[in-house]
Amino acid sequence: MAALDQTQVKEGVDQETVDAVREVGGAYKYGWATDIEMDYAPKGLTTDIVRLISEKNEEPQWMLDWRLQAYDRWLTKEEPNWAMVDYPEIDFQDQYYYARPKSMDVKPKSLDEVDPKLLATYEKLGIPLKEQMILAGVEGAENAPAEGRKVAVDAVFDSVSLGTTFQAELAAAGVIFCSISEAIREHPELVKKYLGTVVPVSDNFYATLNSAVFSDGSFVYIPPGVRCPMELSTYFRINAENTGQFERTLIIADKGSYVSYLEGCTAPARDIAQLHAAVVEIIIEEDAEVKYSTVQNWYPGDENGKGGIYNFVTKRADCRGDRSKVMWTQVETGSAVTWKYPSCILRGDDSQGEFYSIAITNNYQQADTGTKMVHLGKNTKSRIVSKGICAGHAQNTYRGLVSMHPKAKNARNYTQCDSLLIGGNCGAHTVPYIEVKNNSARVEHEATTSKVDEDQLFYCRSRGMNEEEAVALVVNGFCKDVLQALPMEFAMEAQQLVAISLEGSVG
Amino acid sequence: MALPNLKQTATEARLSTLSMPSVGCLTEARQAALSRVQTLGLPGRRDEYWKYTRPDTLVQAEAPGAVVFQHDEAPMFDGFDRLKIVFVDGVFDPEASDDLKLEGVQIDRLADIADQDIHWIKDLYGVLEARGQSPVARPLAALNTAFAHDGVAIRVTGKPSKPINLIYVHKSEKSDVMLHHVIRVETGAEATILENGPAASRLNKCIEIDVADNAALHLICAQGRDHERRAASHMFARLGKESVFKSFTLTVNGVLTRNESVVELLGDDAVVHLAGACVGDGDFHHDDTVFITHDAVNCESRQVFKKVLRNGATGVFQGKILVKDKAQKTDGYQISQALMLDDDSQFLAKPELEIYADDVACSHGSTSGAIDDEALFYLRSRGVPHNEATDLLTLAFLAEAVEEIADQDIAASIVDRLENWLIRRH
Repeated sequence: MAALDQTQVKEGVDQETVDAVREVGGAYKYGWATDIEMDYAPKGLTTDIVRLISEKNEEPQWMLDWRLQAYDRWLTKEEPNWAMVDYPEIDFQDQYYYARPKSMDVKPKSLDEVDPKLLATYEKLGIPLKEQMILAGVEGAENAPAEGRKVAVDAVFDSVSLGTTFQAELAAAGVIFCSISEAIREHPELVKKYLGTVVPVSDNFYATLNSAVFSDGSFVYIPPGVRCPMELSTYFRINAENTGQFERTLIIADKGSYVSYLEGCTAPARDIAQLHAAVVEIIIEEDAEVKYSTVQNWYPGDENGKGGIYNFVTKRADCRGDRSKVMWTQVETGSAVTWKYPSCILRGDDSQGEFYSIAITNNYQQADTGTKMVHLGKNTKSRIVSKGICAGHAQNTYRGLVSMHPKAKNARNYTQCDSLLIGGNCGAHTVPYIEVKNNSARVEHEATTSKVDEDQLFYCRSRGMNEEEAVALVVNGFCKDVLQALPMEFAMEAQQLVAISLEGSVG
Repeated sequence: MALPNLKQTATEARLSTLSMPSVGCLTEARQAALSRVQTLGLPGRRDEYWKYTRPDTLVQAEAPGAVVFQHDEAPMFDGFDRLKIVFVDGVFDPEASDDLKLEGVQIDRLADIADQDIHWIKDLYGVLEARGQSPVARPLAALNTAFAHDGVAIRVTGKPSKPINLIYVHKSEKSDVMLHHVIRVETGAEATILENGPAASRLNKCIEIDVADNAALHLICAQGRDHERRAASHMFARLGKESVFKSFTLTVNGVLTRNESVVELLGDDAVVHLAGACVGDGDFHHDDTVFITHDAVNCESRQVFKKVLRNGATGVFQGKILVKDKAQKTDGYQISQALMLDDDSQFLAKPELEIYADDVACSHGSTSGAIDDEALFYLRSRGVPHNEATDLLTLAFLAEAVEEIADQDIAASIVDRLENWLIRRH
């Protein structure tokens, strides 16, 4: 962190604090690339490419038909342009849609057989692919009970899943956790029953694209009455150049089950922007609960806005059963452009949806993100807490919909979206849609925009913090509502990310 | 870019029924407005800005008829000392109007200034409307600039002793009217303008307001009670340094109302307050669409919009505060609330913020729901009958908007109307 290196350390500030801040404050930490031989499908998107992806994944005919149908739909669709983001036109024919490390040619039987170079990549990222290890860098985790600190990981590298940890232990509990390509082969009845039922093939331009070309992703099935014995997690890494990543995640929480799912992602720093278009579908049956947490840390581009990931994601949870519950928590710090609206369809009576979001944009990043809460059932409840932080030349938009249908008697929504602007060259925007169609529904929406409170900053400065540290602390306070909803492993990482993204934005 | 076919056809159909008044000094402005309409096309159902209100009947070539509603309420603002300017079905009525002379104000009928070359009018007519077409198109306002047959130009140079009252009488069931007013409040001047009446079966009204440095304008409008009337009105205002502009609109009934307010704060320390109270039932559809641009330092904007809805009525609020990068120290506030007295009504809102300056305090809130059961229970337990208790709580709900009216007597007369509406529905 250049600014910190030049900062004179004041008396009374201990070196440890300064070191810790310096540690988290560097430039994008995950910008290195793994030098590895790759197999690419030819550039561009045609039916042949769709067939090739399906073939590489050894898919049955029904899956290929599904993809081809999606591809035909995609050709008729137009790219959406309503979001407050601005980027050069994407040439969808100038991308690779499939990239796989050569060493994955013969599918490894277990993670032990995976190319050490790939394993080293995850180790460097702090993601343990060995079952005895816990997530790196989590302070205090060693004191947590052994059961509580286990996290099963599905590691997705470019277009393929390298493997999934703790599969045996999870299987003993009846939980299925594997890559979606494996699920298509091993559990076709479940995939057929649920795939595309929450995000239909023709939902939107990017979802349709994903339906045609998704290469891998994670599949989770929690059987009735099971509380998943550990946190599940997928770590997405884009490594190859000019390659889009299109992952598909399908989570099914059957009656009375519970699962907490974490998602993380990073990519190397490259000059040319890369495309990421994912679809996440969650089905929640009666009395089941799903927590879905994301720390999105894709490469955001450099300080002049060069490069970065274009992140166009469709995420939706369908609370089908009565008393079902979903909680989305997201910390969005990466990506050059973010277009993402994790949504809740509250179909079951008494079902609940929650959305907690921190979106941090710096330099030339643009984020247009929010949620949709569609209340269909009686006594449904939703809560939206969104915090947008904007620095540099970035633009940050909250866009959301709260819809109370006529039959959603006694439904409740509370929305709070706040924005914080740091510096005078950025923009914070709020675009909520509120549709209330019955009078027993109660909707409250609040939004504020302000700058970092000067009194709070002064207080921190008078206690000997330098300006940057003080801003990070105030911002952390501003974000507390959201950070508290994150699982422990993520809360730590997220707090560090909040500090990173603000680097150099003061003054 | 060529317009979509449907839009093109609808726009041409509407234009074919209209003829442009041949007036000298405004001809250029009218021609320019016509070409804006042709480029933008009239609003269609698929336009995002018309997501919650169907523009069809406002756009279609022939206006749907509207029965003139007979009621026994005294005309609004009766008994107030004011200067009356009366339009009957959109045409100025000199007999019913007062002599257009009042110290501190100069009032001209637009139709009369044709062959004169009045600079301030030329500098305003169609000018603010044209500015207001970006970033969101408002083609019905451009249509009005091109084809409005009547209206007044009011230039306030001092502090007139009484308000000016524009009265819109609706007589013919088939009336289809476009009115266009321009108002300039000169530096340091101050005036109150009142408007009331349904005006026509279909009204397209456009007001352009220029409030100069240190000037103040109060605008209070009561849209008439005719059940079947339709209205699309646009108000474009531009505010100079340390100026104040306050507007309040009361809407009772009307099958379709779309009120667009577009305000630009261009001088430092300017203040704008926009408020509205509307009550309606049945096929009542009321849309408040507001766009406020802060483009100067230390300005204040405040929007307070309240809607009471019942028997399937629809309330719409689209409000936006845009703070440009130099508009530091902006204080922006926006609240939109709906009280739904039964289960069939709906409230659709889109309260937006777009902010490019870092030292600002902007907040917006939007709520909707039924009458608070606990408050109702409290009043009932104190012996207040159910209907009265409901009315009391409804009036309390509307009070925040009515309180935006500075003149106590006018505010009281507005509350009277609201009370009457509630009592009529017992």
